[in-house]
Amino acid sequence: MMKVGIIGVGITPFRPTTPEFSWKELTYDGAQRAYADAGIDPREDVDTFITCAEDYYEGFGIFDEFTPDQLGAVMRPMHTVGGDGIAGLANAFMIIQSGIADIAVVESHSKASDILTYQGIVAHGLDPIWNKPLGGHPNLIAGLEMDAYLRASGNTAKDCAAVVAKNRQAALHNPIAGHAARVTPEQAEGSPALWAPLRTLDVAPLADGCVVLVVASEKAARKARTTPVWIRGVGWATETPSLETRDWTTSPATRIAASMAYDMAKVRNPAQAFDIAEIDDRFSYKELQHFEALGLARKGQAGKMARRGDLEAGGKFPTNVSGGSLGCGNVLEACGLHRLAEAVLQLRGDAGAHQVDGARTAIVQSWRGLPAASCGVAILGVGR
Amino acid sequence: MRKVAVVGAGMTLFRRRLQETGKELAFEAARMALDQAGIEINDVDAVIHGTAPDAFDGVHMKGEYLADGSGGARKRYMRVFTGGGTGVFSAIAGWWHVASGLADVALVVNEEKMSSCQPHPQSVFAYIWDPILDRPLKPNLVWIFAMEMNRYMTVHKIPYEDIARVAVKNKRNAAGHPCAQLADANITLDDVMNSEIMAWPVRRLDISPPSDGAAAVVLASEDVVRKRKMKEHAAWIRGVGWCIDSTMWTDRDLYFPEYVARAAKMAYRQAKIDDPRKQIDFAEPYDPFDYKELHHLEGLGLADKGKAGLMTREGVTERDGDFPVCPSGGLMGVGNPIAATLGIKIGELYWQLTGQSGKRQIPNEVRTGVCQAWGDLMQFGSVMVMGT
Repeated sequence: MMKVGIIGVGITPFRPTTPEFSWKELTYDGAQRAYADAGIDPREDVDTFITCAEDYYEGFGIFDEFTPDQLGAVMRPMHTVGGDGIAGLANAFMIIQSGIADIAVVESHSKASDILTYQGIVAHGLDPIWNKPLGGHPNLIAGLEMDAYLRASGNTAKDCAAVVAKNRQAALHNPIAGHAARVTPEQAEGSPALWAPLRTLDVAPLADGCVVLVVASEKAARKARTTPVWIRGVGWATETPSLETRDWTTSPATRIAASMAYDMAKVRNPAQAFDIAEIDDRFSYKELQHFEALGLARKGQAGKMARRGDLEAGGKFPTNVSGGSLGCGNVLEACGLHRLAEAVLQLRGDAGAHQVDGARTAIVQSWRGLPAASCGVAILGVGR
Repeated sequence: MRKVAVVGAGMTLFRRRLQETGKELAFEAARMALDQAGIEINDVDAVIHGTAPDAFDGVHMKGEYLADGSGGARKRYMRVFTGGGTGVFSAIAGWWHVASGLADVALVVNEEKMSSCQPHPQSVFAYIWDPILDRPLKPNLVWIFAMEMNRYMTVHKIPYEDIARVAVKNKRNAAGHPCAQLADANITLDDVMNSEIMAWPVRRLDISPPSDGAAAVVLASEDVVRKRKMKEHAAWIRGVGWCIDSTMWTDRDLYFPEYVARAAKMAYRQAKIDDPRKQIDFAEPYDPFDYKELHHLEGLGLADKGKAGLMTREGVTERDGDFPVCPSGGLMGVGNPIAATLGIKIGELYWQLTGQSGKRQIPNEVRTGVCQAWGDLMQFGSVMVMGT
């Protein structure tokens, strides 16, 4: 199989609201940063474009219509993926592997501040016959899942509070973060209760922003002006949408996606294989759940690692040193691309104040957010 | 690049209001395609899903909702979305899952349930426009397409009869289709020409109405085809192409679908086709309106600009003509559950090429076919060339 690498990254800094930008302008900004980073001209060099977006978040009937202009993709092969950024990366990876493209661009953005009824939109993701009629705020599913996960794994709410404090504080070093704050574990634990055991600070706040990646075949990547970050493995999977029958405790979608990516990257012992991790933390417990589902810690151990400081920038296994979604903000379908972009910057040594010294391999994981059960995993590395 | 074949296809009944849920429709179509291929869901490495706007079903993240019905639960599951173009595009995504080597067997399932949208799916189309420039004008799709049809007729001086003949041909062709919603073996040109005007020059019988339904195809790599002895009922994917034009539809000359021409060029290059009219035996262009069949034949390079109507008038595009077009009955005859038109485009190509079309089988031998779908704001084209 041919090597495929990421040669350009563009992030429009995340902010709780961006009244001076339309979503098209946010995207344009992210795209031109990525093109400048990769040193490419979208109208000449890019063979295919991909946007990851979902209609309801965007407020359109057919959002695919609105994707090409701001990326320079007019009259070019371009399509939309109804999924998280890692699903978009997987498509770019496959198109390049198929041999019909050398350079692909993957874009995703959030203009969450335009959404007046976020809760209502998430509720529309529930089964229209069995679940939605029960009413209530859809985050109660996160509360139930957190409860089920903590009971099954032995991790505790205190461990989750440590994750909140770690990520919000880590974000203070990341210039693109939209929700960095000096939060202590005690403050997280003492924040207002929502759906027990979930508390206000356990929920990643929404943010606006855009992330664009430039992905290239080995041949094209070797000519790039940046150090190519190779995609050593990629995987994706979906658990059943049925709340009644899905596994609430172990994130099977992450497990299946990881095993695909590990096979591809020939990773046998994931706990030892990576220098850094960027994994989904749209709710604090999710970081621990995903960490264990990826095989990076045994069941019930991730919480202890978080409290011991193992997951901090200077710890044994720096995890979400970008600040994650808790610290940078939940950018909806762009979350996966955000974490990929952070990992790429780390591996290139371009992460600035939150650089982890000597990071050469990274694992990136994403989840699509409530109420979905789709996850993606990518393994990145620099060097041969 | 690995060779990829279609080895099975299935589609449900297309009807205005089906009792089944979207999940059940997806399941039925997937089951039929797997049965035709002679495999089980456990043999499938990846599931690709296609469905048009979430708002039809009123479900956010509709792909997630339909995952279990489509056989995607606990599997690699991917939803791609290019508006109406999804009917062919999801199969293109299926192609790259297999061609890249990441999957050996892929199941592509497209579903559409427009009837849950009350009072009429047209109300969803109120939200497909630019919110500042277009939406305040309260446009709907019929009058937008009326503008395009008018432009096409005006530039080439095409008489309305030539366009109405497409409706007659396709509705008659659909008479042999077990899933058809609008088949009419006895329809006449007068019936179409005298039907009620919706938005001039579009008449009621120029339009394919909304529908519910699902369709699925199974794709397999060359190795799987050989090992499982599927060669007898395999049709090979020779080329794929897709292209999107600007969102600003008001900036383009609507008389010619340049984006379809570019998508076709991409697919033809891969399929090593330099003279499409000679090297291709039949076509399934996207025909949600009758004029679109002509428009798309020209975009696909299968007719000279402005001459596709003449081909229809002379009977060239009849099922037993020199160059059969929409032998399935097309969207005009079978129905238009947007993404599920996969069954009339990819599905029909597969069945025709493998001689499984029954009453619809083209009498002349066919070895190469092209199908195409069209979507977004008169903006997106997806093209696939298949051969034996």
